[in-house]
Amino acid sequence: MRSRKLTNLIALTISALCAAVGLFFLFFILFDVLRNGISSINWALFTQDPAPPFGDSAGGLRNAFVGQGILTLVAVIIGVPLGMLGGTFLAEYGRFSKVGRVVSVLSDIAVSMPSIVIGTFVYAILVKPLHTFNGWAGAAALAVIMLPVIIRTTEDMMRLVPWTLREAAFALGAPYHKVIIQIVYKAASRGIFTGILLAIARIAGETAPLLFTSFNNNFFSLDMTEPMPSLTVTIYQYAASPYDSWVQMAWAAAFVITFFILILNIAGRLWIKR
Amino acid sequence: MDRALNQTYKVVTLLSALVIIAVIVGIFATLLYQSFPAIKAFGIFDFIFGTEWNPSTEVYNGGRPLLGTIITTILALSIAIPIAIGIAIFITELCPAILRQPVGTAIELLAAIPSIIYGMWGLFVFAPILERTIQPAIAFIFGSLPVIGSFFQVSYGGGANIFTTAMVLAVMVIPFIASITRDTFMQVPAVLKESAYGIGATKWEVIKDVVIPYSKAGTAGGIIIATGRALGETMAVAYVIDNRHGALESIFSPFTTITSVLANEFNEASGIHLSSLFFLALILFVANLLILSAAKYMLRGSIAK
Repeated sequence: MRSRKLTNLIALTISALCAAVGLFFLFFILFDVLRNGISSINWALFTQDPAPPFGDSAGGLRNAFVGQGILTLVAVIIGVPLGMLGGTFLAEYGRFSKVGRVVSVLSDIAVSMPSIVIGTFVYAILVKPLHTFNGWAGAAALAVIMLPVIIRTTEDMMRLVPWTLREAAFALGAPYHKVIIQIVYKAASRGIFTGILLAIARIAGETAPLLFTSFNNNFFSLDMTEPMPSLTVTIYQYAASPYDSWVQMAWAAAFVITFFILILNIAGRLWIKR
Repeated sequence: MDRALNQTYKVVTLLSALVIIAVIVGIFATLLYQSFPAIKAFGIFDFIFGTEWNPSTEVYNGGRPLLGTIITTILALSIAIPIAIGIAIFITELCPAILRQPVGTAIELLAAIPSIIYGMWGLFVFAPILERTIQPAIAFIFGSLPVIGSFFQVSYGGGANIFTTAMVLAVMVIPFIASITRDTFMQVPAVLKESAYGIGATKWEVIKDVVIPYSKAGTAGGIIIATGRALGETMAVAYVIDNRHGALESIFSPFTTITSVLANEFNEASGIHLSSLFFLALILFVANLLILSAAKYMLRGSIAK
């Protein structure tokens, strides 16, 4: 009897320790990013372009912030409408069809596809034929990553809308597309919006798919046909560089991007719960 | 009019849904086409089991990157699985109700941190700590064993090695296993647990003999999803494994994985080298597809997620 109680105590203590380990790592990482990053945050980081590592001024990462913004925005413009329309088919017209089920399962699988594989794919179709890294390729890679996420959340959120709501609209003589656009989208809007937020958080931290597509650019650029700077690829290159000022700047960028993503995640969760 | 509009909308949504199929088929076809020169030059079997990766003789075989990916994934999972199941047990069975949500969310946030941040933190912060603490301890305990001892000896400094990679990967995949396991634990009917408590079982006995057996399939699905993540993880691995093409000497040596080779060499490669890298990407893509299909199959019906 004693030994059973003892085993119980030991096992439960170990499981509590496991939770402590998980929480410890979260705060360990966040604390280090905060500690190393916050000291390098200053106005110049957002307003100046990179300077050579030996100059008087360390410069900033304005080009990377703007580039990241453009890449993300274009990815959203491609990925969100396409994903929402696809999700609409799965939840409405294709709800009971075989095609719908296949697409739904494939999207689930695509959500976890290694992002570097998507990078190599986009490189083969959008970079190799054009002989230059370009912003369009980077945005396309991010859009491909986003697409299945948006499809699945849209589908899930629209399925949550009670079928009787649609029937009420049908009874008034509304055609199906009007029911979808005016009733179902409205009812599911909160959830879909959260899904979009989380998808943006997901692509904002992606590095691997940009490495072979938009690559990086040390200069300010708005030209999507040229290599386009991004925060994540800049972090990758600066953190591995031998210059202290660059490593510092990498930490600063890491700080900005990590907390941006965490805030999006937490905001999304709170928003959906309300 | 309405009818035509409705039909149009239906077709537009259908076509959008089909894009995802086109993308997946497109990725497979493109990667296969690009890796064709490498397949022709080295053969599938030799590519997978060969160990040479030599730019001067232009022979590229994927044996070592594949081995690296498999070893780091297995090591990472063997660290992550017990911890993640422990976390799930804590959240569902021990945690005060008011803390359940915050603790669960905090663990899930581990999955939101970008992989490049894990890489940077792993290289600058975690690797030096491991090098000073756990690494010498393991080397001391196992390093003198016959036959397998050399796999635990330290011959490289710097902390960027297979072991560090596995540790970083473990932290990264814990949230995936923990949250799916937690969800399946929650679905165990209270009646089952109560009947076990009723005959005098302790909490741990209920977990061990009722909760875990009942949610086996869900937990397995979570582990498989985590496997897929670990296989395809790139930036963190590229930082802490140091991508070197030497023979496998020890878990405390730098090595190479599919993703670290891709991240490090893809942009400088051309010709047969590039084609070999595409072949590695294809292998990763297919492996991931199979693994995730298996996960979908195991998770079918258990949780609607």
